[in-house]
Amino acid sequence: MSFKLIGKHEKDKRANRDGYVEAMLELMAEDEKVVHVDCDLMNCINTGKLLKAYPERTFNAGIAEANAVGVASGLAASGLTAFVHSFGIFASRRVFDQAFLSVGYSELPVHILGSDPGVTAAFNGATHMPFEDCALYLTVPNFVVIDTADIAQTKSLTKKLAACPKPSYQRLIRKGFVTVYEDGSEFEIGKGYVLREGKDVTLIASGIMVDEALKAQEALEAKGISAKVIDMPTWKPLDEELILAAAEETGAIVTCENHQINCGLGAQISYLLAQKRPTPQEFIGIQNRFGQVGPQDFLMKEYNLLAEDIVKAAEKVIARK
Amino acid sequence: MDKAQKMHDLRVFAAEIRLETLKIIGSRGFGHVGGSMSMADTMAVLYGDVMNVDPKNPRWEDRDWFVLSKGHGGPVMYATLGLKGYYPIEATYQLNQPGTDFPSHTDRNKTIGVDMTTGSLGQGMSEAVGAALGNRVQGRTNRVYVAVGDGESDEGQVWEGAEFAAHYKLDNLTCFVDDNGMQLDGPVAQVMSHGKGLGAKFDAFGWHVIDVKDCNDVEQIYDAVQEAIATKGAPTAIILHTVKGKGATFAESTGAHSSQPSKEQWDEAIAAAEAALEAVKNEK
Ligand SMILES: Cc1ncc(C[n+]2csc(CCOP(=O)(O)OP(=O)(O)O)c2C)c(N)n1
Repeated sequence: MSFKLIGKHEKDKRANRDGYVEAMLELMAEDEKVVHVDCDLMNCINTGKLLKAYPERTFNAGIAEANAVGVASGLAASGLTAFVHSFGIFASRRVFDQAFLSVGYSELPVHILGSDPGVTAAFNGATHMPFEDCALYLTVPNFVVIDTADIAQTKSLTKKLAACPKPSYQRLIRKGFVTVYEDGSEFEIGKGYVLREGKDVTLIASGIMVDEALKAQEALEAKGISAKVIDMPTWKPLDEELILAAAEETGAIVTCENHQINCGLGAQISYLLAQKRPTPQEFIGIQNRFGQVGPQDFLMKEYNLLAEDIVKAAEKVIARK
Repeated sequence: MDKAQKMHDLRVFAAEIRLETLKIIGSRGFGHVGGSMSMADTMAVLYGDVMNVDPKNPRWEDRDWFVLSKGHGGPVMYATLGLKGYYPIEATYQLNQPGTDFPSHTDRNKTIGVDMTTGSLGQGMSEAVGAALGNRVQGRTNRVYVAVGDGESDEGQVWEGAEFAAHYKLDNLTCFVDDNGMQLDGPVAQVMSHGKGLGAKFDAFGWHVIDVKDCNDVEQIYDAVQEAIATKGAPTAIILHTVKGKGATFAESTGAHSSQPSKEQWDEAIAAAEAALEAVKNEK
């Protein structure tokens, strides 16, 4: 496995969106069929760099997201590999029917990118804070759904998606994240990654929650509790084998997501476990609430997404064993 | 009151709105300066004279409505409502702070005086159309005003709302188009152009269209609104040729969508807006 964990909980000074842009610059250089469509948000994710390098293959659809996804469907049908970007709320809720029919049902490999997932939308506030974006895409039978943690993971998985024949929805953190992995780390679609071994409980996380899970593992260790930590960037298809093995090994699961709890990563995992290996599980995530405006650290606390919340959930689930 | 005096008062109000808008965004240090400042003169005309509202009774049934469909302009609305007495102006300096009632995008459940929740561009247009229809169905004679951006007008929903409003002959509805020529990624002409122009589009959709050449002149906006009120049988679109960032020293020349200037730049901009207000007060 060719990834290297840093795990020092240090904020990355770079912008995570650069992971996407770097991947795209490489992809577009290697393959003339790779194109990018944006929705008047190039300045937000730096895809102006793509426009500069490949003006004939980078398009701005303006503030018209549903049309952009429909256009991407046509681009894909014509033989191109189309990536399309907007903020996560628009890239999911606003385009859902187009994504469902023109992309999903039509079996066209369009790769939809939603930036500012969950609380990372911070100062843009409630109207811009997607807690349900992945939930929508989880309901489309053939979509791949991905929530990446940092630059290295975003870059690697973006490159893998370009070669993926299925459509996808990928969350893209713009800023406000921690460097989890060394640059150059490689990841696969559909795989989870064991970051720390443990035997009492398994913490399964993705995106910004991976670092919180790592911090929780350290706090639990100090209390004499041994926690296994898994990063699960792909929510669909799930790495069932890894989850079932962890359930077998530790007998207790805590899922951690920057998303509504009742319809995301945790729900997918409990659906799997209920059928194949019933296991006590606790859920860290947004508890049936709307978003709101504020700094990310305030929001993490407000929605109970912090390591301390994971620690409490771990203790609770262990007691339920 | 004679018209000249009224126009003077509206110019003063617009300058106050500009100053407060800067102070509000400055309290947080960053935000959507550009699209807030371009709307100041229109807000002054609406809330300074034209609109029939009661700050003490913000949800009064017969009030005139205003929907800021380009909801990222929240600060200009907060400045206007604060100056109008809906709440103490100081309250607005909590923009985007934890637990605030003044979020970056206008929210009907958070801020007193905000009629509809916006922020997802395009949605405010349909909401305003529905409010205009709903008021008419209930026999009210009040009016609904909505403001959309020229970038926002890329959205199909703006035009879906426009066709509905014309079909139902909603002459109690007026749409301001903040035609400042800029959207987020740059000039509208480069990002996504509007064919024969936004006025021509609204005209083709069956609206009465008024082109206001200089939208930093409150009198031209005022006259256009009077024409809209007098227009029967069709909704009116008022195309406002504005300047994005107008009156913000660090944003006016660039037309920036959002700004995070230095402390010195904030001080300079606020001082300039204070001076501009003094100058307008002393004019005659
Ligand atoms: C549906 C939707 N897509 C994208 C955005 C992000 N966004 C906010 S403002 C903006 C540009 C708006 O340009 P314009 O309507 O011209 O506003 P103005 O220049 O007057 O500020 C964009 C793309 C949004 N708020 N809603």
